[in-house]
Amino acid sequence: MTRRGEQLLVRGTAAQSDLMISGAHLIDPRAGIDGLFDVIVSDGQLAEIGEPGSLTAGPDAELIDGSGFHLFPAFVDPHIHLRTPGHEHKEDIETGTRSAAAGGFCAVLAMPNTDPVVDSASVLRSLRDAARREARVPVGFLAAITVGLDGTELTSMSELRDAGAAGFTDDGMPVESAGVLRKALQYQQMSGGVLALHEEDRSLSAGGSINEGAVSAILGIDGIPSTSESTMVARDAALAGYEGGTVHMQHLSCAESVEAIREAKRLGYKVTTEVSPHHLCFTEEAVRTLDTRMKMNPPLRTELDRQALIAGLLDGTIDCIATDHAPHSAHEKEVPFEQAPMGTTGLESSFAACYTELVRGGAMSIEMLIEKMTCGGAIFGLEIPQMMIGESANLVLVDLEQQWRVGENGYESRSQNCAFGGRELYGRVLLTIADGSVAYRQRNFALSAAPDLRETTQ
Amino acid sequence: MKHLLSIEDVSREDIERICARAAAFAENHQREIKKVPALRGRTVLNLFYEASTRTRSSFELAAKRLSADVVNFSASGSSTEKGESLKDTVQTLSAHRPDAIVVRCPWAGAPALVAQWTDAAIINAGDGKHEHPTQALLDIYTLNRRLGSLDGVKIWVVGDVLHSRVARSNILGFQKMGADVTVAGPPTLLPRGIEAMGVEVRYSLDDLPAADVVYALRMQNERMQQAYLPSMREYSSLFQIDQRRLGARSLLMHPGPVNRGVELSDEVVDCAQSLILEQVAAGVVVRMAVLFELLAASRAFDPMPEHQSA
Repeated sequence: MTRRGEQLLVRGTAAQSDLMISGAHLIDPRAGIDGLFDVIVSDGQLAEIGEPGSLTAGPDAELIDGSGFHLFPAFVDPHIHLRTPGHEHKEDIETGTRSAAAGGFCAVLAMPNTDPVVDSASVLRSLRDAARREARVPVGFLAAITVGLDGTELTSMSELRDAGAAGFTDDGMPVESAGVLRKALQYQQMSGGVLALHEEDRSLSAGGSINEGAVSAILGIDGIPSTSESTMVARDAALAGYEGGTVHMQHLSCAESVEAIREAKRLGYKVTTEVSPHHLCFTEEAVRTLDTRMKMNPPLRTELDRQALIAGLLDGTIDCIATDHAPHSAHEKEVPFEQAPMGTTGLESSFAACYTELVRGGAMSIEMLIEKMTCGGAIFGLEIPQMMIGESANLVLVDLEQQWRVGENGYESRSQNCAFGGRELYGRVLLTIADGSVAYRQRNFALSAAPDLRETTQ
Repeated sequence: MKHLLSIEDVSREDIERICARAAAFAENHQREIKKVPALRGRTVLNLFYEASTRTRSSFELAAKRLSADVVNFSASGSSTEKGESLKDTVQTLSAHRPDAIVVRCPWAGAPALVAQWTDAAIINAGDGKHEHPTQALLDIYTLNRRLGSLDGVKIWVVGDVLHSRVARSNILGFQKMGADVTVAGPPTLLPRGIEAMGVEVRYSLDDLPAADVVYALRMQNERMQQAYLPSMREYSSLFQIDQRRLGARSLLMHPGPVNRGVELSDEVVDCAQSLILEQVAAGVVVRMAVLFELLAASRAFDPMPEHQSA
């Protein structure tokens, strides 16, 4: 049954590329590719993969020397904030998708907690129209579960689905009432669309700013107990199980939540979940200096929680990595910690952070990281990027050995509130091809690949 | 020292130096003319985002006794009510080139932020529920005067630790000076994770007589509406410091203002074991010592500061 009137992803206007990347180390765990190959992209399609030196590019193809670098299927982020409409001073479709491209992403899903909220088909259509003009990488939009995110009245979920909603979420806010969520789950049987849930019992988080524990005790800042998340995860998993609905728990942060999901999956409930790079890389210790870039919801928790999240990723309890890219402008974050808005940007640092901490740190293989960074969109019905001949090219070329300082040359995002800002990370995205088009070239890499240009600019 | 932002980042030596200087100022206070010219020509700005009569006037008096000029800037009626950010306010006030800014505000960590936006020395006069370092210094000074040293002294901090910046600064300060600290109160008012500060946690006052010093915290009425307490009556019956509970050799302290009949019984406020008025008196000399430390002691004397030549 094709009840969706629209494709989920909206593509911009970039032209399809013709290029050959030679000598890169290709890794695509799903396609079973691991080795040195040449790759030809022709009219945006992955046309050929062959032994180094065995392929001949077309006369108009751009030649890219990939030797010494790695080529992966490009990443997909199922949880970002483009802040449009209403908060374009933080981010807009163009800057947000440019930031995604710079992080190696070929597709992103944007959250609806904008102003106005994406709770009607007309707002969704206008956003998708804007994306057709501005998007650097294909973008999809989730619509709200409740009108105005106020947790009481359901949105016209069927109409929104027909208009292209990739799923539903009140992200930023929990669906506080179990009764309302239950009705959304019932309605989902007809409308379709995964319900993505921000799990927080606000009577427990109670205006807190950081994890409740040793650090909140010494700083005198109201804490957010891990139970504010884990009790809601358990409640909503039970509701989904009872109704036979499909839910996705967003940005898991604590050990008890991982355990609740593990149990829900064991019971066969249709529950998926994600974890963010900052929860995988930092703990509440990072908040001690009251750096507002480290303020996000859910908060950074303890080392025990961080280890539980990594274990959850490894055993499949946690399905994917999602950045929860949440831009805020400088003047909004340059305030006392308790007054600062929640959120960190993450698109441009996600791969490098996870690669440095998890892969170089020995917790997981590069193959698993690629899987966890590419499969998030599939939860919402997007295709997983793969190196398949004849498919549209979604590729990211990275230099795994290059160490770089996050933010050293600014950000493609309109905002600078990156929790990883200033950190030395390994793994630099050099080139991103999204849906057949070159969406990003790292500046130094682009210059080094064009020796003639480099000479004339000197 | 350039700033006094928290007790957490000062050393025992810093505290001892400030206390010694406060003692010297206290001697001077016995004289008829209490003012000294140490900070003549310097400007101290009180930037207060919270109502505070005691702390503000204590700082004002301290600055004036050192011959500094004092400007009070309180948030009510000022540009902050028109939506000006803390950063803009600080930069605007900094344009007047104050030598020190005393900051009181409801947000943890704000004084440290302010220090990034100005050349002036910053003194934290209370930031949210985080710290109140001059209170800790004056309490340490008061106890040192009475006991000579805090090494091995058993101090109980009793009451609403959760909402108290005084508690946090004092726990850290007392520990730096060698004291053993116990916190006691109802579990709803003791922050989860407080053990990480190296304190013992008690939910009753049964062992209170073992304390050398009892430090009672102020209990606020609104805690009942927020369901931290079933009733003030129950709190008083369990945690009020009275003659019966206070050990015969224990000293009693309180940061003020006291709710008589709530956290302290009427008679203990005024008893011989109470140091409450000594704490108030110490406030001025300790704050003089802090201002002197930041503005005179650690800065080379510059007869023609560059901003005066412009």
